[in-house]
Amino acid sequence: MDNNTKNNSIGIVNYGAGNIFSLTAALERQQIPYEMVNTEADLEKHSHIIIPGVGHAGAAMEKLKQTGLVEAIKALKKPVLGICVGMQLLTAHSEEGNADLLNIAPVKTKLFDKELGIKIPHMGWNNVNFANNSLFINVKPLAQFYFVHSYFIEYNPIFDIASVTYGNKFSAAIQKDNFFGVQFHPEKSGEAGEQLLNNFFNVMI
Amino acid sequence: MTEPNNMLSKRIIPCLDVKDGRTVKGVNFVDLRDAGDPVELAAQYAQQGADELVFLDITATHERRKTMIEMVKSVARQLNIPFTIGGGITEIADAEALLNAGADKISINSAAVRRPELIEELAKAFGVQFVVVAVDTKYVDGRNMVHLNGGRLITELQTESWIKQAEELGAGEILLTSMDHDGTKAGFDCGLLKKINDNINIPIIASGGAGSMEHFTEVFQKANVDAALAASVFHYGEILIPDLKQELSRNNIPVRI
Repeated sequence: MDNNTKNNSIGIVNYGAGNIFSLTAALERQQIPYEMVNTEADLEKHSHIIIPGVGHAGAAMEKLKQTGLVEAIKALKKPVLGICVGMQLLTAHSEEGNADLLNIAPVKTKLFDKELGIKIPHMGWNNVNFANNSLFINVKPLAQFYFVHSYFIEYNPIFDIASVTYGNKFSAAIQKDNFFGVQFHPEKSGEAGEQLLNNFFNVMI
Repeated sequence: MTEPNNMLSKRIIPCLDVKDGRTVKGVNFVDLRDAGDPVELAAQYAQQGADELVFLDITATHERRKTMIEMVKSVARQLNIPFTIGGGITEIADAEALLNAGADKISINSAAVRRPELIEELAKAFGVQFVVVAVDTKYVDGRNMVHLNGGRLITELQTESWIKQAEELGAGEILLTSMDHDGTKAGFDCGLLKKINDNINIPIIASGGAGSMEHFTEVFQKANVDAALAASVFHYGEILIPDLKQELSRNNIPVRI
């Protein structure tokens, strides 16, 4: 995107993977304009794209394929944010449904190991160790975010921009070029989450 | 970059009773314009640092559903933390309407006792993270028994085995209320909570008996529960959430401050 273009709005990929009422409500509270994206032409209309997602990663990938938008999403050069399962879709593969995913970031999504003595799902507020990244500008160092998930993205320093340890160390947030992903739910993460959504809307690439 | 220790925080959850879309039970926050407005009350709690909220619908009429859905939408528009809706959910359609209105979780109680498969159906349809199974328990003749109707109706289910069954069917979380401790302000039932918690692999919310900040410290230290829920001590301002979080933190219990 060229730097003279204004950040006009967020397009939310509408592929039926989970409810997005909370996400749109959070954007409204931040006065960030948004619309649903159903077609390739819709993808063009917005400066930023969010891929939401709750539920089963394999099933979510099937639903995304049904929209016919997979190749167009992979080719996007504007800032994209995947949230929760939407983040997992950015990876190569998920153990959930043994599914091949978008492979934008060549890392894997894995199931938490019960043998580590942790409760599954990982549910609740956790602080994260975030890097100096545009997504975390003005986020307090010990800020906590709200997580709900049973599968995690393996830690890889190349893509990791925030890590967290629950049972094992994994990525709470990743970046590959213009693609960002967060495992937690910024729309449910109080002020820290609202800051992150604003930061994403301010990302220029 | 320094790496602070990561710790999943213990959650503090105020519970609000709702009737016909309005919060009931006395609430005496000084700066509330309308203490009966669930949206305003919820926003206030979020601002104080509550980690999550539970709304319990105690409306008895058939007209309840529509009012409740509207309330849930209003709450979801305003609230930036997760919330659970409980009360009167008996089928998939009820749960779906609440999900679409923005609820993060639903809590089922008597409907699950009457038809345990409901837990499985809900978990399959919406994911285990959406399904909280609420259990009211009372100590009767040397055993912990599941009760319905706010403790008035005993069932044949033993609490420990019912909770294990609920987990196996797909409950994502357990909300355990001790009817023996509820309303006493004498502290949570740490013994039972620990016993149950040691036997399951899903989060558990302790409820019933909170009277002081020490009770919260005690339930986290002794029973290692994931969250603690209370109503009146928060509503009447007897315990302020920021003070409670500081107190827990001083006792090395991980909390979100």
